[in-house]
Amino acid sequence: MRIVEHPILKFERGRKVAFTLDGKPMEGFEGEPIASALHDAGVTTLSYSIRHKRPRGFFCAIGHCSSCLMEVDGRPNVRVCTEPLREGMVVKTQSGKGVLR
Amino acid sequence: MIRECDVLIIGGGPAGLASAREAVKAGCSTVVLDDAMELGGQLVKQTHKFFGSEMEYAGVRGIWIAEKLLDGIAGSPLFTPYLRTTASGLYEDGVVTALFEDREVLKFRPKKLIIATGAMEKTIPFPGNDLPGVYGAGAVQTLMNVYGVMPGKRCLMVGAGNIGLIVSYQLLQAGVEVSAVIEGMDRVGGYWVHASKIARLGIPILTRTTILKALGEEFVTGALIADIDENWQPIAGTEREVDCDFICLAVGLLPLVELFYLAECEMKYVHKLGGDVPLRDATMRTTNPNVYVAGDSGGIEEASSAMVEGAIAGLCSAKSLGAAIPDFDERFARLSDELAELRCGPVGEHIRRGLAECTMEELL
Repeated sequence: MRIVEHPILKFERGRKVAFTLDGKPMEGFEGEPIASALHDAGVTTLSYSIRHKRPRGFFCAIGHCSSCLMEVDGRPNVRVCTEPLREGMVVKTQSGKGVLR
Repeated sequence: MIRECDVLIIGGGPAGLASAREAVKAGCSTVVLDDAMELGGQLVKQTHKFFGSEMEYAGVRGIWIAEKLLDGIAGSPLFTPYLRTTASGLYEDGVVTALFEDREVLKFRPKKLIIATGAMEKTIPFPGNDLPGVYGAGAVQTLMNVYGVMPGKRCLMVGAGNIGLIVSYQLLQAGVEVSAVIEGMDRVGGYWVHASKIARLGIPILTRTTILKALGEEFVTGALIADIDENWQPIAGTEREVDCDFICLAVGLLPLVELFYLAECEMKYVHKLGGDVPLRDATMRTTNPNVYVAGDSGGIEEASSAMVEGAIAGLCSAKSLGAAIPDFDERFARLSDELAELRCGPVGEHIRRGLAECTMEELL
């Protein structure tokens, strides 16, 4: 959910762009981190852990903790908390270590 | 291609930008590397007004301070920032490698290096602490204050230090409920002014209380908390459920020090500063004569002192390169006084004691 009114802040958002998550159509603002667009849409599980397959969301949101790794445009292990959203991105929930192609 | 520069600063937060300003003013070619999308470090999410003195912009909201630090250097030909650039290596010949946008390796050969990498959020152990919906306090701030997305509907805040208290208030400002702030110590760790603000709004601050468990399978659906005794053990029969859909951990920060190890700086564990930190002298120089430290990477403190430390590191690294700084003595003395002022009184006592453990009269 987006914050609409705030006593101090005014949010300047980019244009709306479409992307997909596991094939499903999604929407977000250009330039915001992929994780922020996903969180707005209620998507909080970004990957499943390597050994125990436990759900993983983001923890630090500034690219330090590696808890938010997803596959973006075929590239695995992208930190979606710092990766800017672009039109037409193909985002996939990552399971395990990811495969380099 | 190896990019040459006088001063390379790793980290474009309050410490790094304050360093850059001094180095540029002294005529040094200055490069700043930062892994984020914009400069300012964690200032960009600090919506509260700062304390301290005018010199560190007291009364100004953090979100506006980065711009002020960039005033006067942003357009300078001596100042080159690289964003979305992560320092990845430091070699024996002094070359720093960095990864630009996860795809291009850049090389720099600076004469002096200032490491202002900041800190990362700590976590605490409890079942379910890995569930989506358990967030660091900084992550909650980033999500709501930078990107304008609600982290959830109802928060359990763990930790009543300044960060826990300030972020609780910021959550309320964003329209998010806070069910409680819990704290393991027997008292509020942060300033009373912050605690009073949220207490007045009816948020319970529960001391001597801990989190036992995050509830939920795929996402946080609540939390189990309990009172603890003097030995921090949960007291049987006091367990109760808290209604929340996310848990915010404000349990401290850890200095980011990997690069000091690469630079072979002598390190020391200082509990009061948050972890392993480099030894330094009054000019912020480490035991490696070409490496300076500034801000939280040298010990967890506040953005205001990070800015002063940064200014000292920038000024002194420029001076060590032979830059002509006619009023150096006067400025160095003024900045040192400013730091002492920020750390005076009972609030600064643990910082003063921590620094006493890692500040050297004279290095080497």
